Amino acid sequence: MATTKQIIHGVFGDEVPMMEACKKLRSAGIRVKEVYTPFPVHGLDSLIGVPRTRLAICAFIYGLTGLCLATLMMWYMMVSDWPNDIGGKPNWAYYFAVPAFIPISFESTVFCAAHGMALTYLLRCWLIPGTKAKNPDSRTTDDKFLIYLELNDEQSKKADAILKDNKAEEVNYKGTIHIEAKY
Amino acid sequence: MNTDKQNFIFTSKAKRVSFILMAIGFVSIICMFMMDRNDDPHYHSNRAWANVFIGAFFFMAISLAAAFFLGLQYAAESAWSTSIKRVIEAVTMYLPYGLSFMMLLFILGQMQVHHIYPWMDPEIAKHDKIISGKMGYFGIFWWIRTILYMIAWLWFTFKLRKNSLDADKLDIDVNNSFHWKNVKLGAWFMVVFAVTSSTSAWDWMLSIDTHWFSTMFGWYMFSGMWISALTTITILIVWLKKLGYLENVTESTVHDMGKWMFAISFLWTYLYFSQFMLIWYADIPEEIIYFQTRWESYKALMWTVFFVNFAFPMIMLMSRDCKRNFFFLMFVGTIIFFGHYMDIIMVVMPGTVGHNWTGLSWMEFGTLFFYLGIFIYVVLNALAKAPLQVKNHPFLQESLHHSV
Repeated sequence: MATTKQIIHGVFGDEVPMMEACKKLRSAGIRVKEVYTPFPVHGLDSLIGVPRTRLAICAFIYGLTGLCLATLMMWYMMVSDWPNDIGGKPNWAYYFAVPAFIPISFESTVFCAAHGMALTYLLRCWLIPGTKAKNPDSRTTDDKFLIYLELNDEQSKKADAILKDNKAEEVNYKGTIHIEAKY
Repeated sequence: MNTDKQNFIFTSKAKRVSFILMAIGFVSIICMFMMDRNDDPHYHSNRAWANVFIGAFFFMAISLAAAFFLGLQYAAESAWSTSIKRVIEAVTMYLPYGLSFMMLLFILGQMQVHHIYPWMDPEIAKHDKIISGKMGYFGIFWWIRTILYMIAWLWFTFKLRKNSLDADKLDIDVNNSFHWKNVKLGAWFMVVFAVTSSTSAWDWMLSIDTHWFSTMFGWYMFSGMWISALTTITILIVWLKKLGYLENVTESTVHDMGKWMFAISFLWTYLYFSQFMLIWYADIPEEIIYFQTRWESYKALMWTVFFVNFAFPMIMLMSRDCKRNFFFLMFVGTIIFFGHYMDIIMVVMPGTVGHNWTGLSWMEFGTLFFYLGIFIYVVLNALAKAPLQVKNHPFLQESLHHSV
């Protein structure tokens, strides 16, 4: 069964009433699909129910990968393949000269964690070269704040009232979409 | 908001705790001086004096680094820390006491009562070739520098505090005049401290091992005192919040203090390890001697310091939830506080006690308690003297709504 949903843009001139509106919408049980702002607004993500990022877990895994790769590389080059004796410090085993390996391990950890995080972020947001901008109203890149909603008729009325009560400058109806039920 | 929690009240219970610590410490210092004997004719209660010196330096360094941190917040015009400014100020108020202890020890050293600084001994200064070559830098020039550091640090610390208190007296500070004064002071303090933190570490701590030298040593000492100050401030904030004070300090501010503890632990590790690694790699006898004494007689302490101050905070403070958990902050903070006290022990002891070291004992803890008691008393007393929240600060509102 397909449902029809109304697309609503609530446009605000300031972030404070916009955040207030988000809070009210959420407490009325309405899902805020997306908010477009000209600058990052602190506390907004938790307000509209965006789950906490898992990027930190990725960073840890990437860092660990970098550490292992560097260790493997140095062990192969300096110990296994051709044991080097540098400054009277023979590399018959890895731990013989481990202080000398620490800076490289550290740099590789940071390198892999930072690049992995950046790439994961860009891919996850699909910000690859050639991506088209997705903001529905170009004024959000200037000075407007936009709450984007996709709601059924009953919720639309409620949302409309909440948006107008909280000093929305405009409430724009941008047509409907049909969502096919997945099951 | 709870109005009776605007001012910190230094309860008789807290006073009693600080007095008990002082009493335990005092008794154990006396016992330490009576028992610290050795067959070695060159041993003049070195361990006892070194302990007294370590305690004096460690707590002085905490308040000094807190003053640096306060100046840094002004110079960077950061907003997040505004709501905890009074706590940092209270920690800086121990500085005159800490410097007095240091001065007293320096004077006693010059009078040859103790032998922490070999170059203060006129016999050694004359006959030791390396030290006699360095006497242009020590001697009277050293004293001039010492006095200049003390005057400069005290002047900046008291000026920052005074401006902050004066701003509270006004109903409304229209031009933020006191804030701008402190921004300028903070920026100048950064310039002064950038030089004096290194040179004072060379003069006061590095010169214990007079033959040895390391240009990285100043930063190593600085990062150590910085992390000690950050843990002290964090523990104080968490404790005050548990007592119901600092209600409007957000969890995010405490979280930021946790981040600082995490980050500066790494800064310390970075400098500690870099100094070691470069010397280990170059393998020059006159440099390697520093780590050789530590490796031979202080191996357990060396590894403990490294793991407690590096691996422990790294694992414990990595996740966001840990940095927001008061119990965790208190637990990790307490342990790395002691960890950095051990770090100072490891800096001072090999140059004074040398191979007579027998491992940590009640002597170290007793002396620590003595200074801790005084420190707690002075800091809490300073905290009770002013409202816990600054009034006329342009970033106060931003700080109270701080969220990360």
